[in-house]
Amino acid sequence: MKNNLEHSEAAAIFNKDVKRVDWHDETLWFVREKRDKAAFQIPEWELLRETASEIKNNVLSNIHDYLLEFESNAQKNGVIIHWAADADEHNKIVHSIMEKHGVKQMVKSKSMLTEECHLNEYLFEKGIDVIDSDLGERIVQFRKEPPSHIVLPAIHLKKEDVSETFHEHLGTEKGNNDPQYLTEAARLHLRDAFLTRKVALTGVNFAIAETGEIVVCTNEGNADMGVHLADVHIACMGFEKIIPQRKHLSVFLRLLARSATGQPITTFSSHFKTPRDGKEMHIVIVDNGRTTQLGREDFRSSLKCIRCGACMNTCPVYRRSGGHSYHNAVAGPIGSILAPNLDMSKNADLPFASTLCGSCTNVCPVKIDIHDQLYKWRQVLVKEGHTPLGKTVAMKGMATVLANPMVFDFAGKAGRFVMKNIPILVNNSLNPWYKQREMPAPPEESFREWYKKNAKESKDKQNE
Amino acid sequence: MSSRTTILEKIKQNQPKAISELPNLGTLGLESFEILDKYKTVLKGIGGDFVEVPNYDAIISFVKKNYATEKRMITTIPELAEIAATDWFNNDPHTLENVELTLVKAHFGVAENSALWVTDVISGQRVAVFIPQYLAIVVHKKDIVETMHQAYDRIGNQEYDFGTFIAGPSKTADIEQSLVLGAHGARGLTVFLMD
Amino acid sequence: MKIGLFIPCYVDQFYPKVAIATYELLQKLGCDVRFPIKQTCCGQPMANSGYEHLTKGCDTNFIANFSEFDYIVCPSGSCVLHVKEHLHDENNEALASQMRKRVFELTEFITDILKIEMIPGNFPHKVGMHQSCHGQRGLKLSQMTELNAPFFSKPEQLLSKIKGINLVSLSRKDECCGFGGTFCVTEEAISVKMGQDRIKDHEDHQVEYITGGDMSCLMHLEGILKRQKSPIKIIHIAEILNATI
Repeated sequence: MKNNLEHSEAAAIFNKDVKRVDWHDETLWFVREKRDKAAFQIPEWELLRETASEIKNNVLSNIHDYLLEFESNAQKNGVIIHWAADADEHNKIVHSIMEKHGVKQMVKSKSMLTEECHLNEYLFEKGIDVIDSDLGERIVQFRKEPPSHIVLPAIHLKKEDVSETFHEHLGTEKGNNDPQYLTEAARLHLRDAFLTRKVALTGVNFAIAETGEIVVCTNEGNADMGVHLADVHIACMGFEKIIPQRKHLSVFLRLLARSATGQPITTFSSHFKTPRDGKEMHIVIVDNGRTTQLGREDFRSSLKCIRCGACMNTCPVYRRSGGHSYHNAVAGPIGSILAPNLDMSKNADLPFASTLCGSCTNVCPVKIDIHDQLYKWRQVLVKEGHTPLGKTVAMKGMATVLANPMVFDFAGKAGRFVMKNIPILVNNSLNPWYKQREMPAPPEESFREWYKKNAKESKDKQNE
Repeated sequence: MSSRTTILEKIKQNQPKAISELPNLGTLGLESFEILDKYKTVLKGIGGDFVEVPNYDAIISFVKKNYATEKRMITTIPELAEIAATDWFNNDPHTLENVELTLVKAHFGVAENSALWVTDVISGQRVAVFIPQYLAIVVHKKDIVETMHQAYDRIGNQEYDFGTFIAGPSKTADIEQSLVLGAHGARGLTVFLMD
Repeated sequence: MKIGLFIPCYVDQFYPKVAIATYELLQKLGCDVRFPIKQTCCGQPMANSGYEHLTKGCDTNFIANFSEFDYIVCPSGSCVLHVKEHLHDENNEALASQMRKRVFELTEFITDILKIEMIPGNFPHKVGMHQSCHGQRGLKLSQMTELNAPFFSKPEQLLSKIKGINLVSLSRKDECCGFGGTFCVTEEAISVKMGQDRIKDHEDHQVEYITGGDMSCLMHLEGILKRQKSPIKIIHIAEILNATI
């Protein structure tokens, strides 16, 4: 990742352009509102979420056997299965398939897993040309940026930015900012890629143990256009994408698009079971830290995620800090509970990039307790030594005073402990509170002092 | 040790010890509503169109009137051979690049999201429903079910090599959330609701 | 019925009037209420910063101060939530567990335990209600906009029955204000932006007062309002309820 700033630093920069932040916030809030409208049209919405959650709990508790079942069924369907322990092995497997076919070009639809593994960079090094075919991903790829949102990869950009980028790379008219015009230009450009590329890579939304088929959902139809015109289909999935039976898709397909964009379903929900006659289909099943997360009791349910992005759209912090501030392939609340598992020290800031408001948990279609996990990650990160020493010292000092009423009381009289050490302001010499806010004026007496003087039961006590 | 073995062993070690039960899906999707009305409203809402037709002749005259029939039309429906080619099933899929309109039949439709279930048994070639400029799908009114639960009940253990739910035309909103129809696939979808 | 008044440390020091209002209100509603004088802090600021393991002393002190009461009542949803979720005692977990069930936020105590449906009075002002997240999504004091579930709101149920009050309906009914404990300083830019946006929503509805059940959120909003030299005033819900009877 290019962005090595901490979340708070990147967020502060993002906030310098107030108009842009407001636009970002309002646009994503609009998506949240569309989600509400779609969800509230389903009277049994909450039951549906509960059901999805239970299915995923079952998956996690039996994932070993489901994977074996999936593998064996997929192989019966003529699919070649690969297993990758980490990002590097995943990238090598994909490259080896390309090499086997002597192909140097790939067309790829959206796969957050390949973002997580930095596949594009890897293949670029090996001289392979990758074209991302999702419109938003193609835009950010031209700009050499990572996606800022798992469902809306270019949501940080305005149409003027896209117009500039397309003018530079696709020769569109300078200053023509019409989304219709720009999309048409991308359509023509990408159609050429679909028609000429022999290897198509896709992500996987769901993998069905019972049948060995995989389901890929898109609105644009880009996954299908790539795959059905290619000789080789490579589908990459984290092993948690497994669901037990075909009929369980009914639950997830009802939830996924409604949660993501407020659509009743994505335009295309394609079920890939066998390769076309004479063609090849590969599925790469990836671990890359997932087995570790599975073993963390407090955090394993993060593996239930179906990548709808609803938690990002509802997150008041994400809406105002932008996806890149999370310096991780998956941004927002869910990214902040997945990322520390991948690299605690690099991502130690992310669980703190939240007010713990809990809205994410409420929109999550599979009921991941996201905000509780953010809280729990904070505890883990502190215990593992990923917080500044100064903060720890201050916290210990505070703990001593607050645990001891005599000291607290003394501190109070000698200058009001809380006034100087109000917990929120601890250990900040250049106090950021005052940058854009006032503190309340200190009252003449604290409540405790008032109480001692005025409360009847208190006076009785003193007279005893 | 292979990665396969390592991963599977680690999973076995780390997955919860007790199995969580699978929920019962039987109580879902039981809400009653007017199926056809719902289907039409939802389809309109996602950018699709519908035409109610009594038979294939009505489809033929609609297509003649509303599509550029001088361009390439393909179908898998023998009754529509008059307006669209039926000899392309074994061609290289790339040759379908210039298709203006594909006409196929859906196994069934779903009212709650207007999706149509199409498998390669009835689409001729997989790419045929993705590559044309426009797409038209025929579905019998009696073959529309309420929700995705009934949809998967209906699919059951049906054998297919490839199947897809299609709901409306291809679309994107990746530029400033402005909806544009026709991202890569069909720019328009007409659903023929047949008696 | 003996009630222990649990006053958050910053309210004790900065907003004694809120504590006084809570104390007086409970008395007017017929409660035998005491303020255990040796209480300090529930430990939430440390726990939310990742230092829950340092809060044992706070827990011990909290238990020592409040174990004798039938109910523990506090004018802050956030502090109540912390106690409800995290109060422990290695030596007497049964007691801690029982106390976790006896701690209540002020408005839910009035509606659910005292079962008072309305507090008479008069507050002829246009008021915006700030739903604090921990009270709302944590304690479920009111329905959350994310859920497909019937509306209810314990604080609004009390406020709406006060004569003359004009309770506005905000555009974003339960968006977080950005206080978030240490978040308000570690993520200063976002915290302030969230607060400004929340205030804008209230301004757009021409409120005279912003009220709520959590003084920490209100302190954050007040800090921004004062810096903006806004005429909008902050008032804790206990102050409105107490002033009117």
